[in-house]
Amino acid sequence: MAKPKIAFYWCASCGGCEEAIIDLHEDILKVAELIDIVFWPCAMDFKTEDVKNMQDNEITVCFINGAIRTSEQEEMSKLLRKKSQLIVSFGACSQLGGIPGLANFWDRESIFASSYGGKCPSVDNPDGVVPQEVSEVPEGELYLPRFHNTVKTTDQVIDVDYYLPGCSPAPYLTMQAITTILSGDLPTKGTVLAPNKALCEVCSRNDSKPEKLSIDKINRVSLVEVDPEKCFLAQGIICMGPVTRSGCNGENDGRCIAANMPCRGCYGHPSEVHDVGAKMVAALASVVGLEDEEDMSEADVQKLLDQIVDPAGTFYRFSLAKSYFRRKIMTDSKEEK
Amino acid sequence: MKDFEPKIVCFLCKWCTYSGADLAGTSRMKYPPNGVVIKTLCSSRVDPQHILLAFSKGCDGVFIGGCHPGDCHYQSGNYKTKRRIILLKKVLKQLGLNTNRLRLEWISASEGKKFANTMVEFTDQIKKLGPIPKINCE
Repeated sequence: MAKPKIAFYWCASCGGCEEAIIDLHEDILKVAELIDIVFWPCAMDFKTEDVKNMQDNEITVCFINGAIRTSEQEEMSKLLRKKSQLIVSFGACSQLGGIPGLANFWDRESIFASSYGGKCPSVDNPDGVVPQEVSEVPEGELYLPRFHNTVKTTDQVIDVDYYLPGCSPAPYLTMQAITTILSGDLPTKGTVLAPNKALCEVCSRNDSKPEKLSIDKINRVSLVEVDPEKCFLAQGIICMGPVTRSGCNGENDGRCIAANMPCRGCYGHPSEVHDVGAKMVAALASVVGLEDEEDMSEADVQKLLDQIVDPAGTFYRFSLAKSYFRRKIMTDSKEEK
Repeated sequence: MKDFEPKIVCFLCKWCTYSGADLAGTSRMKYPPNGVVIKTLCSSRVDPQHILLAFSKGCDGVFIGGCHPGDCHYQSGNYKTKRRIILLKKVLKQLGLNTNRLRLEWISASEGKKFANTMVEFTDQIKKLGPIPKINCE
């Protein structure tokens, strides 16, 4: 019997998800014995033509990482969908938009103005050259992919069967996913292949959280000495644990927590949460200023909450493209009182 | 924009504002019909997710009514609501939404008049702001 065919593809991503596959270490050899890798632009020499020449549904499973930023990524995702029986949305960018999704606080025009219009100090562009989708050269026409106005998740562009969350997905979950899929005993479509508990539930620092948690000052990790055993929220440091899925480090504390850093939310939301940012507003505002809530005026509350620098960017760090709004509204900016 | 009739979702706490709205009705006070009322057990039952969902589905305004500070049936729900709305407004501003589209008021069961007046005012305010822009995700 022919071996199952597996493909890997990357869209708008940093390459960390490719590393995460390499991080399977020796296990990748076990996988390689069972399967044929038929497409993996980052590591192996295949061309788009090779995929186009395949039969429909010829690939057993295709792992796509990275968000959809350009028309090329959209076309490739659609092509791979056609050629694959299963699509796994791999990593935070593909599932939620990830860090590239933060570009949805701007639009194409403002990004181009910043990147090519001389505002970006690391870009040297004295002639103000702006990339064009079609440009004439003596040899003929050259094409560049279209830069979308909005960063999209994979499932906003194509039908997705499973999700592997994380920035980047933990190798043990990747291995589990491949084994499960190869076994043929498939989970329900749309399943996120990771535990469904919130990170706080498995956190060893949970016991250090006081019965009545009240934050009277917001601290930032770079400005305070962080207690390595105490709950981050109890230290006034914003930790996304309450609204983030666990599983990034097996049954242990989250990978960031173990390194004495607060959770940033790359594993996305457990199934009960739909909009990470809004849920974090609810969770955090409940405990900020809880102690003296009866005596606090609106101005006091405002002052306390103003200590949170960039709340939208912090709460939606990985999930803006997958939030209810999906992006910033660019046209409702009538002056406010 | 003269013909624009805004869609407004009103989350009203069962113990105070909902009863206040009831009083406004039984007292035959007049106020615009733009608000669609959803009764909640407490203003703090309103998850910021509900508010964002309403806006993202094309709602032009969201109103939340709760008990006056100190009057919450569950002791402290309304204090939480206050903090959540203040923080949510900061997030909404970053998301480009005019935060005047979201309003929180304390209206007791005896304040039918205040409920009617608030509805008049808020509907008028949303009419001036115009329809919520369609989120362009091209």
